[in-house]
Amino acid sequence: MSEFLQFLFSGLTVGAVYALVALGFTIIYNASDVVNFAQGEFVMLGGMITWFSHAAGLPLPLAALVAIIATAALGVAINKLAIGPARGAPVVSLIIITIGASVFLQGAAQLVFDKQIHSFPAFSGDTPLRFGGATIQPQSLWVIGGALVVFVGLWLFFTRTLLGRAVLATSNNRLAAQLVGINTNFVMTLSFALSAGIGALAGVLATPITLTAYNVGIGFALKGFAGAMLGGMGNPKGALAGGFLIGLIEALTAGYLSSTYKEAAAFVVILLVLFFMPQGLFGRRSTERV
Amino acid sequence: MTLLSVEGLGIAFGGIKAVHDVSFRVEPGEIVSVIGPNGAGKTTLFNMISGVYRPGAGRVLLEGEDVTGMAPFRLAQRGMSRTFQNLQIFQNMTVLENAIAGFHLQERGTVLADLFNLPSSRRRARQAEAGARELLARVGLERAADREAASLSYGSLKRLEIARALAMRPRVLLLDEPAAGCNAVETEEIDHLIAEVAASGVAILLVEHDMKMVMRISNHIVVLDHGEKIAEGAPAEVSRNPAVIAAYLGTEEAADADG
Amino acid sequence: MPKLTVKSATLLVLAVLIAVTPFFFPSGYYYRVGALIFVNGLAVTGIVILTGYAGQISLGHAGFAGIGGYACALAPEYLGLHPALAMVLGAAVSAVLAYLVGRPILRLKGYYLAVATLGFGILVSMVLNNERDLTGGPDGIAVPELGLRGVLKDWGLNLSNGQFWYFFCGIVLLLGAWIALNLYQSPTGRALRALHGSEVASGTVGIDVARVKLQAFVISAVYASVAGSLVALQNKFITPDVAGFMHSIEMVTMAVLGGAGSVLGAVFGAGILTLLPQALTVLAEYEQLVLGLVMMLVMIFLREGLLPSILRRLRGRGE
Repeated sequence: MSEFLQFLFSGLTVGAVYALVALGFTIIYNASDVVNFAQGEFVMLGGMITWFSHAAGLPLPLAALVAIIATAALGVAINKLAIGPARGAPVVSLIIITIGASVFLQGAAQLVFDKQIHSFPAFSGDTPLRFGGATIQPQSLWVIGGALVVFVGLWLFFTRTLLGRAVLATSNNRLAAQLVGINTNFVMTLSFALSAGIGALAGVLATPITLTAYNVGIGFALKGFAGAMLGGMGNPKGALAGGFLIGLIEALTAGYLSSTYKEAAAFVVILLVLFFMPQGLFGRRSTERV
Repeated sequence: MTLLSVEGLGIAFGGIKAVHDVSFRVEPGEIVSVIGPNGAGKTTLFNMISGVYRPGAGRVLLEGEDVTGMAPFRLAQRGMSRTFQNLQIFQNMTVLENAIAGFHLQERGTVLADLFNLPSSRRRARQAEAGARELLARVGLERAADREAASLSYGSLKRLEIARALAMRPRVLLLDEPAAGCNAVETEEIDHLIAEVAASGVAILLVEHDMKMVMRISNHIVVLDHGEKIAEGAPAEVSRNPAVIAAYLGTEEAADADG
Repeated sequence: MPKLTVKSATLLVLAVLIAVTPFFFPSGYYYRVGALIFVNGLAVTGIVILTGYAGQISLGHAGFAGIGGYACALAPEYLGLHPALAMVLGAAVSAVLAYLVGRPILRLKGYYLAVATLGFGILVSMVLNNERDLTGGPDGIAVPELGLRGVLKDWGLNLSNGQFWYFFCGIVLLLGAWIALNLYQSPTGRALRALHGSEVASGTVGIDVARVKLQAFVISAVYASVAGSLVALQNKFITPDVAGFMHSIEMVTMAVLGGAGSVLGAVFGAGILTLLPQALTVLAEYEQLVLGLVMMLVMIFLREGLLPSILRRLRGRGE
């Protein structure tokens, strides 16, 4: 039992990171119908920039803030410079553009930072907490808490604020939103900033546990995407649940089956979901119009 | 034997009945038109019959065989072809290639023969090309054969789509607004073409907004309003039907509500 | 003068390039680079069939290159096969796997297809990395000599190792290009391009979309597999990198850079992206940066690819 609990804790921890990435996917997907494959790089940048600024002498909270703001700015730049100009392009082109952005950011991170693996101190020390025979790192609670706070924050933003509703309106019908006077360009900018910022936050919270390096992004992107898809593309609740589920599946695979192939678990889930319920757990089936 | 019969066909989108309990038949050589105000469900009906949507209720019979919800390519193999209201042209191909694509079922062979350019593959392609050129001539597009399809005018694309559909030598042909965007001369040409095709024994189901054309060439008219069949009969009967007149007079109001 | 068809023009250009460029090589090293361009060109020709003709994306085709490569390492050792037959076996395994994986995957579209193929590629590279006992793990494994060069020598044709692989890969590329060009204007090729244009319309003319997509997927997998085999045989060594994510991305980038719609464009794109790191050896760290930048720039500014854009400009000037 304590063993299971241990796997559960580690699953919830990584799951929280995946959930944050999945939420990032969802925000951009809803605003623009684009699946941003560079989403995982935001997590990498969050970790790497924090490490770099911290190593350069900034206190950790300030370094984290710098990382989140810088990454959000990069997210906006990607939208303005790469995705915006290709609006209306075929999906294949958009896939290549966002993958290109991902490869580019990895290349840039190698140059600006380095190719080493990095970390920084956990926020509340390293003394594990005990629960029913299993232990959990205080940092894990930061990660899980972070995911839940972001989710609640997003929910409040989208349902309670005028700006949030404008974003929702744009995602429902771009043209109609423009007609009622919503500045859809601003909505896009905001979505990318929000999404990149959330990704960076995930990187900040997770790095003390998962460590970071220039090439960790693509793994986060895939698992985040798997989570978003498992929950039903475009559904924030689904993204949260899906992200946590992927984390749990991965941890249980590592614990009970094979730690070498725990990475494979997420892909097997992706494939199974795609084949058997492409609309995901919370998604709706849609009919293509011709 | 009845070529196409539609029995109690219906579908709902998100709880709203788009088409409800529609039945009719099309005999060989007959032209049946489906008319009705905008949003009456005509295209949805077409999409169900041609397998693009899976109907929620009812059956589609092709020569007595139940083909309800069958994939479009299987229906094509059974002799059903169609055109689209908003055009589904292969924009990445030339006009000639679009027409040749209509011969797919006749020209296809084994992949290996195609990969190695075997004589059988070349022969099939040659026959399809000859047939396609003939059809292009029939719809007046022979001179545009080598142009990119994307460069054609709307009216020409409509005719190209008809040529492609005819290439399959269908026994049932569904035409969704074939004359939309065409000038008077072109409309009359299409008019003749449809009559000619019907005369060769093909069952034709037509959606068309040009009422003069519909009245002129249809043997039988089915009137839809709000997804339901409100009248059916010969052109002269239908045009006198009070329910039909009411539906059409209400069109503007309905369009406002839709918009 | 009879008008030159695209097919014969493409083959002619390729043949002339393969035959003539060696006269300008300053050193034997360039035969190696040339052979690499041809092998990449071959793999990318497969992507042209899948993406350029049929409009389907794959971010996992390096997985098939990995299968082709490791077949040449493992089949001779465990099954006692001649390396040439191992290459054929690799292609067959890739084809079967592509068929099995493609059947469910190709029902998906756009992003979902991209992620599913990506997942497939990563699974293959994961197996190659982790099954150390069989594959040697991340350090790679030795591949036996093909032996054709020795045979040619006995026949009186004495080529250096570099020259042999240059011409051998060149000939395989020509063969691959010929097959892809045959396909383009054949009934199957037309069906592929039709589904690229409109899946709905393809259905109404009787094209079994799922089936022809699968055909394109299997054919392109065989191309990638043979390319992987050639790399392994030439280097007499192979590592899991051949099946890696970056290799899949490189293939797609080469295709779209040159122009995914044409075979010549694909080879052109393969040439540029193969030469780039050679030219940038001093700046090796910039490779990923440049690759990413190329992907974005091409898709934003030259969506149909470099070669078609250049040709269009030339033609525009001529008129």
